[in-house]
Amino acid sequence: MPMLNMRFVLPDHVVDLNRVAELTGIRRAGETIEIGAMTRQRDLEFSQDIADACPLMSEALTHVGHRQTRNRGTIGGSLCHLDPAAELVCVAAALDAVVEVIGPNGRREIPFAEFPAGYMSPAIDYTEIVSRLTFPVWPRETGHAFVEFSRRHGDFAIVSAAAMLLLDGAGRITRAVLALGGVAATPLRMRDVEAALIGQVASIELIGKVAEMCRDVEAVGDVYVPASYRQHLACVMSRRALETALSRAGKSAAAAH
Amino acid sequence: MESVAETRTIDLKVNGKAYSRPVPVRMMLSDFLRHELKLTGTHVGCEHGVCGACTILFDGRSARSCLMLAVQANGHEITTVEGLASGAEMHPLQTALSEHHGLQCGFCTPGMLTTLVELLNDNPSPTAEDVRIAISGNLCRCTGYEGIVAATLEAAGRMRASAGERS
Ligand SMILES: Cc1cc2nc3c(=O)[nH]c(=O)nc-3n(C[C@H](O)[C@H](O)[C@H](O)COP(=O)(O)OP(=O)(O)OC[C@H]3O[C@@H](n4cnc5c(N)ncnc54)[C@H](O)[C@@H]3O)c2cc1C
Ligand code: FES
Ligand code: FES
Repeated sequence: MPMLNMRFVLPDHVVDLNRVAELTGIRRAGETIEIGAMTRQRDLEFSQDIADACPLMSEALTHVGHRQTRNRGTIGGSLCHLDPAAELVCVAAALDAVVEVIGPNGRREIPFAEFPAGYMSPAIDYTEIVSRLTFPVWPRETGHAFVEFSRRHGDFAIVSAAAMLLLDGAGRITRAVLALGGVAATPLRMRDVEAALIGQVASIELIGKVAEMCRDVEAVGDVYVPASYRQHLACVMSRRALETALSRAGKSAAAAH
Repeated sequence: MESVAETRTIDLKVNGKAYSRPVPVRMMLSDFLRHELKLTGTHVGCEHGVCGACTILFDGRSARSCLMLAVQANGHEITTVEGLASGAEMHPLQTALSEHHGLQCGFCTPGMLTTLVELLNDNPSPTAEDVRIAISGNLCRCTGYEGIVAATLEAAGRMRASAGERS
């Protein structure tokens, strides 16, 4: 709606999906979570299923706009608007989520890594709609954290970081995820940082070292925030997210390999 | 773009009263409330969701009326600031705001009130921090927010006390 109000977009037709009941709902199917595109941010924020299966998303949602926008805003709207600083976009990148799309030629699934075609442009056709987001549930012992830096509570992040860490019984990192929002035109998965963490014994020193790898990340600059500041924040937010994730990670013998 | 004013008839309830009106399909809900229903208590500042002045209760939930089209309100219930008082008796939050310098020019007030009424319905005992987070999406140029927070805590106390008396 703000895009319409500001005449950034001038569509001939506007279709309201609010009454399509099939597009709404949160469902846990075994080790997978499915979220309908029209599920409201508010309903995700207060969902026990999401809190249990994906506390990363619950934490991210408290940063998404304000109570009044979360009451109406949907996950599908956040994903399709695809603001690079949108928290749910960063979380979807961190979770390796899959976006289900419906169009005249039926359904298809897009891995989230291929969903952003560019700045604020989802890789869907104008005849298609997003119907669902699915992602795998991480083990309970996973440590997670979503942190962001913004000028005021509820603003879009200047830089946000989503992290998840899974440790084995010996404190060695078996799985690691780090995603950054707001840094570039689309959310970034820091695969080199993840690779540098996996197999290592987790420690604050290790995190401090790998977070520095974000220093050279390709960042965008604008009139408010130069690229160098985003790079600085990328390091700081990565370190904070990984440290918090580590402090929350329970040791899991089952995950040892 | 052609300026065809295509219309649809909508049926809705505003402050308990049923209306049935034809509206242009691209008319914003905020404009509908102000220009069609003449309920000018709902204010518009930014018209893109940032300032919070246009906040109403949509089926009991706070929402930006500048971010909705009037046609989307078909079949729904809306409460605006005009609907908060019962007759001549102000809502406890309205009374508390006037006592605590919770408003000066009053531009932000309708949005503050609707947002905080929702908060108090959800959480009868909010902390000052809860109140601040709830109004993080409402800009006030006059009061510095302190009076609004104090008034909300006071109103919450009074509402708890009168709920206690009734039960
Ligand atoms: C003051 C303010 C502060 C905000 N702060 C934040 C913030 O901090 N972080 C954040 O992430 N967001 C923020 N937002 C955005 C907010 O989260 C919106 O909810 C979000 O942009 C999506 O809105 P919506 O769900 O109503 O989608 P809409 O506005 O209806 O749609 C957004 C876009 O996606 C398309 N679309 C929607 N659904 C689908 C679908 N199923 N299939 C295909 N295309 C679709 C629409 O055509 C449109 O182009 C803020 C908004 C406001 C007004
Ligand atoms: S007028 Fe709607 S939020 Fe400012
Ligand atoms: S009282 Fe003037 S803007 Fe809040």
